Formats: sequence, C-alpha cells, structure tokens
Amino acid sequence: MTTATTGAAAPTRAVGTAHTRVEGRDKVTGAARYAGEIPFADLAHGWLVLSTVARGRVLSVETGPVLDMPGVLTVLHHGNAPRLHTDYVGMLGVPPDLTAAVFQNDRVPHAGWPVALVVADTSEQAREAAEALVVTYEREPHDVAFSAGHPDAYPADGHMPALTEKGDLEAELAASAHVVDEEYTTPEEHHGMMEPHAATARWDGGRLEVVDSNQGTTWVVDELARMFSLDASAVRVRSEHVGGGFGSKGVRAHQVSAVMAATVLQRPVRVVLTRRQMFSLTGYRSPTTQRIRLGADPDGRLRALDHRSLNQTSTVWEFVEPSAGVARIMYDADAHRTENRVVRLDVPSPTWMRAPGEAPGSFAVEAALDELAEKCGIDPMELRLRNEPDGGPVSGLPFSSRNLAACFREGARRFGWADRDPRPGVRREGRWLLGTGTAAASFPAGAMPSTAAVTAEPDGTFTVRISAADIGTGARTALTLVAADALRVPVERVRTRIGDSDFGPAMIAGGSMGTRSWAWAVTAAAGELRERLVPGGTVPPEGITVRSDTTAALAALAQKERHSFGAQFAEVAVDVTTGEVRVRRMLGIFAAGRIVNPLTARNQLVGGMTWGISMALHEEAVRDRASGGLYGADLAGYHVASHADVPAIEADWVDDPDPDDPVGIKGIGEVGIVGAAAAVANAVWHATGVRHRNLPIRPDRVLEAGGPRV
Amino acid sequence: MKEFDYRRADDVSGAVALLGDDPDARYLGGGTNLVDLMKSGVERPARLVDVRTLPLDRIEPADDGGLRIGATVTNSDLAAHPGIRNRYPALAQAVLAGASGQLRNMATVGGNLLQRTRCGYFTDVSKPCNKRVPGSGCPAVEGEHHNHAVLGASEHCVAVHPSDMGVALTAFDAVVSYETADGAAELPLADLYLPVGETPHRETALPPGALITGVTLPPARVAARSRYRKVRERASYAFAIGSVAAALDVSGGVVREARLAFGAVASRPWRAHTAERVLTGAPATAEYFAAAADAELAAARPLPDNGYKVTLMRNLVVAVLSELAEEAAR
Repeated sequence: MTTATTGAAAPTRAVGTAHTRVEGRDKVTGAARYAGEIPFADLAHGWLVLSTVARGRVLSVETGPVLDMPGVLTVLHHGNAPRLHTDYVGMLGVPPDLTAAVFQNDRVPHAGWPVALVVADTSEQAREAAEALVVTYEREPHDVAFSAGHPDAYPADGHMPALTEKGDLEAELAASAHVVDEEYTTPEEHHGMMEPHAATARWDGGRLEVVDSNQGTTWVVDELARMFSLDASAVRVRSEHVGGGFGSKGVRAHQVSAVMAATVLQRPVRVVLTRRQMFSLTGYRSPTTQRIRLGADPDGRLRALDHRSLNQTSTVWEFVEPSAGVARIMYDADAHRTENRVVRLDVPSPTWMRAPGEAPGSFAVEAALDELAEKCGIDPMELRLRNEPDGGPVSGLPFSSRNLAACFREGARRFGWADRDPRPGVRREGRWLLGTGTAAASFPAGAMPSTAAVTAEPDGTFTVRISAADIGTGARTALTLVAADALRVPVERVRTRIGDSDFGPAMIAGGSMGTRSWAWAVTAAAGELRERLVPGGTVPPEGITVRSDTTAALAALAQKERHSFGAQFAEVAVDVTTGEVRVRRMLGIFAAGRIVNPLTARNQLVGGMTWGISMALHEEAVRDRASGGLYGADLAGYHVASHADVPAIEADWVDDPDPDDPVGIKGIGEVGIVGAAAAVANAVWHATGVRHRNLPIRPDRVLEAGGPRV
Repeated sequence: MKEFDYRRADDVSGAVALLGDDPDARYLGGGTNLVDLMKSGVERPARLVDVRTLPLDRIEPADDGGLRIGATVTNSDLAAHPGIRNRYPALAQAVLAGASGQLRNMATVGGNLLQRTRCGYFTDVSKPCNKRVPGSGCPAVEGEHHNHAVLGASEHCVAVHPSDMGVALTAFDAVVSYETADGAAELPLADLYLPVGETPHRETALPPGALITGVTLPPARVAARSRYRKVRERASYAFAIGSVAAALDVSGGVVREARLAFGAVASRPWRAHTAERVLTGAPATAEYFAAAADAELAAARPLPDNGYKVTLMRNLVVAVLSELAEEAAR
C-alpha cells in the first residue's frame, strides 16, 4: 500500500500544451501491432470472393475443386453460411448496411459484392483458391448512371429532415438584384486510409473475441451481437491501433465473415481486405449533383437561398450525403429551401466519409457565394460577414458560440487578404496565372454518452480505461492530457488504455465527437476519483477505481446550435495551356472549441485541408458503365494529393472554448476539410476568370475551359 | 498465390539459356512493374529469371562518341550520370519526372522499355482487355478513356505506353541491344514497339526469349539543348497525360535541327517526324512551332473524352520549343 498523491493544489496545465503521441515510439519502431499482424495460435485465413456482375443472382458456387486445393478448409457462401439477424437499428440510429451481412441470399446488388469466403491454412492458399473459385451468375441489366435528372430520385431524411422550407422562394428570387443559379458536382470519393480493414475472430471460453481495426469497439460489438443473436456481454472487440478510418471502419464484411468462419471451423480466422476490395466493400462518399440558387439585394444580403442535393446509394442501404444541410446552419435568407435527395442504383453502399454533407455541400454553397460576391461587386469575405445569422437559420435556436467572423478577420490579416485585387485573370508569373480564394467552414459540435474508468494504482500512477478509438487522431494522447489535468497530476503518471469493448460502452471516433465525448467521461471519473482520494491516504493493492457515465449530463444540455467554424484561404497557380493547377499556400483559421493538444490538433486540421486540396484537384473514382465496377480501383488509379501537391499549409485557431463542455472541447476531426475545396476552386476562378463547378478540377477541364491570354 | 520458379542468372548467355523459349517465363529487373502485375494476377509467370545482378549496370562511351547504357542501370543512376545530364538533359529530366525516388532506385532501363500500360482495364483482371486476353474486347473505347491514346491506336486497343524515359530515348534515336540464343543483335527503339492494329497483345518486335542488354544513344549535338515536360493529374507520382521531349538547334533565328517526341498519346513513345520536318529550316517562332505541332497532330483521332490531348500537346510543343529557342538566343 502506498500513499495516494493526486495534486490537491493548483491544476496542472497539460491541456493546451503540445505533447507528442504517447504511443509514438511504438508506432515508429513497429512495436505497435495492427489488427492484421497480431499473432494467434492455429490461425486460419479467409479470403473474400467478390461478384463480377453488377446485378443478378448467384446460380452456383463450384466449391468442389477448390476444397481439394492445398490447405483449403472451407468455402462459405449463401448456400451454407450461418443465418444473420439484420432487422435492427444499431447504435448509430440506422439499420445495418447489408453489404456487411454477407452470404444471406443469392442476390447480387452491385459489382464487387461478397459472394463467398475461402478459408485456408495460409493467406496465400486462401487467395489462390479464392481466385480459382468458379461462381456462375444469372446476369440482369444494371443501372449505375448517376445523374441530376435520374427519374428514380426521391427525398430522404438520413440523419436530418430531407426538406426544410420557409418563405416564397420564387418571389424573393424575382425581387433580387443579383441571382446565382448553378449546378455543382462532386465525384465518388474514397476514404483511402493507409491500413486496410482487417479482423481476426475466435471463440474463447464461450465468448466471441474479435481483434479488429475500427472506429469504435462498442459499435462493432453492438452490431455483431445483434447479427449473430448474442448477448453484447458475450462479445469482446479490441482495436488498439488503427491506421485511419475517416468513417469507413465500422462493421464490414471482413469481421462478419471472420466470425462466421471461426464459428464453423472453431478456430481463429483472420480476414484482411485488399485495397481493391475496399473500393466496393467499405463505403465511399457518394457523388453529388447540387443545384444552388441564391438571390441577393445590391448590398449582398441574401433574400433567397435554395440548395438541392442528390446523391446515389445502393439498393441494400439508404445513405444520405446531406450536402443541403450546410445552409441550415451557415446562411439565412427570407426564402430558404434545402433538400437532400437520393437515388438507388446498382452500386456499392456509400457511407460517412470525413465531413459527410459538409464537405461536398460546402463546396457548392461556398463556390456559389463566391459567384454572388462577384455579381454584387463585394469582397467575398465581406459578403459572408454581411450574412452572418443571429441564430440557426432553420432551427431558430441560439448558437452556443459562433466565432466565424473572428476566424475570417484573423485569417485575412495573416493571409494578406486586404491587398487582394478582386479582378480575375490579371496576375501572371511566367506561365502561371495566380489567384486567391476564401470560403467558410462549419461542422457540428456534439457529444454522445460514454463511460470511462479511472484507477488510482498503488504505485502512484493512474490508469484510464475507455473504449475510445485512436484512428490516428491522437485521441489516446489527448485523453491522457485531459485525465492528468482532471487528476491534477503530471502527464507521466497517467496511462490511457483504449480500444477494448470490455472497458464499457463509449462513443465512436466519428462525427468529430470522439474526443469530446470521451474527455467528458474521463473528466467525470477522474474528478470523482480525485475527490475520493484522501491526501496522504492509502491505495489498496487492487487500486481504487471510479467509473463514470455521461448519459445523464448530456441529456441535461440545453438545445442550442453547437458547431465549430472556420475560414479557409488558398492561393493557386494555374497554367491554362496545360491545365495544371498548383496550390501555393493555404491558411485555415478555426473556432473549434478548446484545443487539447496543439500538436496533434494542427495535424488533424492540416490533414483536413490537405483532403480539401485533394478533393478540389485530384480525387475521383470513375465508375465503368459497362461492368458497373470502378475503373482503376487502386491507389495508382485513384489519385490523392501527393506531397508535391501540398504546399505550406498553416492551420491555427481563435480562442473558442465551449461553455457547456467540462473541458471546453468542440471537436476538430472534420471541420478542416470543410470549405477547403471551395477556397481552392474560388482561387482558380480568381486566377483564370473561369468558374469550375465540377470537381476535381482536372487538367483536361482547365485546358478545355481556357482562360485569359495575357 | 501461384507458385513460380525463381532463378538468378550469372551472365547474359546464362540468363537467356535459363529463360529458353518458355512463354511462361519472364526476366525480372527491378520488378517495379512485373511484381505488381503478378500480385494483381495480370501476369502469372511460371519462372522468373532475375537479371538485375548481371554486369550490365554501366554507362560507357560508345565507339561513335555516343553513350552505351547497360540494361540494368537503375533509373536513379541514369538520371544522375554527368554524361546524360550534360549531353542529353531531356533524358535525365524524363527519368526524374517518373515514379518516386524509391521506385527509381529499383527500376532498370531495360525494364522501363518493356513496362506495360497502366490502362485500368488492362490492370483489372475482372474486366475485358484485348491486350491481356486477346479477343475479349476493349472497353476503353466506349468507357473510360480520358487518358488514352489519340495517335496510332485502333479500335482494338487505345492504351498508352507509360514510359517517360522512352520518350526522350526515342527523340534521341536510341538503339536497343538484345541477346538471344542466336547471339547479340540490335534494333532501333523506333522499331521496338509494334503497331497496335488487331494484335495489341503483341507489343514488341523482340524475338521470343530475347533479353535487352542495353540502349545506345548515338552522338547528337542537338540533344545538348533539350527538355522534357510532363503534364500529369497531380504534381508527382503519376503517369503523364501528355509529355514532350524536345531538342532544338537554332542558328540565326532559324531551326537547323529539331527533335520531338510525345509521351502518353500512343501505344509507344511517339516520334514526331512530321513536326520535325516542318521545323527544319523554319523560323524559330511560336507560329512555326504551332504549325509543326498541328502538322503532327493532324493524324490524331481522339475519342469523345480525350480530345483535350490534342490541344495539350500543341500547347506543350509551343511552350517547350519556345523555351529552348529563347535559351538559344541568349
């Protein structure tokens, strides 16, 4: 027994100071193990077989020859796989994407649909057999042609109402001095995280254990338990290190098929997805077509705002990319109409991808505002400041805080915006035309119920246990800092363990809500523990543990519009004779709550802005109409920004602590990408005088659009 | 994975003997393309003959005053070689415009010339491709082709050759040396690649089992003033959507000699002979540069989504030749 020594005096100040990742050394030395490389005795390996037709039925799976191949243990398919329960609404409030509920029937709803799992002693044997497996299909005509005018489009709610509407739109447009009426498109985009999806499943003393790479062990436990009709306590999911998620790492075909195979074979089974398989099995950001109509008075004040967005979804899951939600928060108008629609096609299921809705929606809205500023003859930043709403444009609720104007003013000062010549196409440096652009950003700030446990150890250290997920964000480090402050001890005395569902239910790393939700729970447990420890008292050998649950505290929060905000600035160089666009510099200033760890926060914001460059100029998954599959579904064909495309990017923030959060956090995972593509596109217009309303702004598009011949 | 036999050759004749006339055997250089194709199932060789350690890794003066580049010289070493940088700068620039530092450290000159197209139908075994499976069709013609060929293609294949290095080598009249069981032989690089026609799966004129042993650059004064410009869909680590290797000898404002080759527009590096003829003896002005490009590109047959390449190549030719002419005038 030793002496309890939390600091009773002044609080330490770990939160707000830069701290390298607590697991950084493990990661750079390779000591950190990822899901696909954790050793298991007697491990078998599964390899998924995906459909080669885009719509139809599986007629036969010719398992005989494959079962005779070396090392092959079994072939699972719709004819022999365990039955799953799929009629439920999961932790995130939506029914399951049936892409994950593998082998339940003979339907093939899209190209790259899982039709079988071959399990063998080695990964190589499983792959060879999977590639040899003959599957015959009854082929049906498919429709993968996404377009604004698709006759089957319908309004859909998703996580928000499909439609909001107030005022007389046509009358306000008619009464407007300036009108913008344009269509904007964004392509299919993929998460492309470094670490592929991987899971190992095994039964251990009547309990199902899954070692996985995911954004929330609670989430995966919830869905696996429901699918396999197990009590949640009979499932344990671990996910210690995760090489990126971005919305894609929930319950997928790899975990479900691994559990099936482990159940059938009664031995551990690992399923790892290939990069190519990820392109059809793990979700993506749907393409969008967005029509925007803006009407304004001569001084730029908005009279009318109409935003209609359409995205595609699969025939097995309805996913709404709620691009039209942006203006519900950002801009008011006398007549205000926003609508999200979807169309079901014979394509893979899209899903959440970093700033779902806000990323494509802000491109359209913020590009349209730039066009309106041009028509009004008003500086685009000033136009936005003139249209700052007093409260939620749709909800009427007050903002918890809205420091967008502060972001713009600080950003303009540092970027040198005041010196900007508004005329497009007049700055030249050699073969390059130069331009600058700006755009606003916002993303919801929220928190979801979570539990945490904090233990005072006999050796004077503290252990935090929470089923949080560090998907590369630095969450593990952030929670360590938060716990240290709440305990009033140095950071070195706190150890944070995450990624284990046995630590109790918690929010996922998603919706920019992970760190805030977990920090709340950790703060509550640590605070209570600190009070319970008597200075100079003793700690028993098993330690003293306090658990917290934030459900009640969160339910008591007042209804407000709670969001992070930001101002994005970009400078680009464009060669209109070759179509090349280079971003020269970017600056993002954010109002995103209290920043826990400036080092990793800057990483995340710069990462988001880099995504914005990539979205503006590079990323595009091309669907092949004939086969219904993707063209070039790998990281050679699907271009993300290379290092050479990413210039000096600065991200910083204004003081913006959330008054209703115990740590003051809002969340920073997604706001960095919002508006970034629009800032780049607006800069391309300023450079060339040509509006590019279709992303990405590829060389061929720039070349064909032309520009000034100075 | 499919099992394969791996052999390492000690010398050139040994490598040729190890490969024999086995159509399922492949020479392995840096492996930067072949190994990828094996992983994706496009190539399933029964035997690999590793030639990377053969003594072909030198760049030496040739008897006629040119340079002889061994087949296993890495891209990195080629681009760094003073003789290449000074006498054939477009070649060094072309090599450095390709791939990444890591890949250039592995990739070899011989392998570069024999690398396969990056057409997304060719690299995806779930889709038809006449080059991979003769007679299966070319979905690019009706499908995705915004980065495909505008010159010399056929309805059977519109894929482009991905090499940057090869474009500069073509401009400089490189000659390929190779070895078969019958001994050593040579072939102008211009004749290495076969016309697409109805047989896109037949890519080169090399006899079966031939091993490329080197590439010889003839002496060319014009090459000293040369440049490679590559346009791609991101700033680095992407294949060209259009590229130009150009060399220009200007005297008194008149073009004495010009070399011009295009990348990413055809199934092979495209030597622009027609443009060169227009340029020779013409005033070194943008107007004539454009006329030369137009003369070459008159043969272009763009598909619905790649017509921009004609404009791109014209602009690139004018821009690069203008830069070279300005340099010459200084």
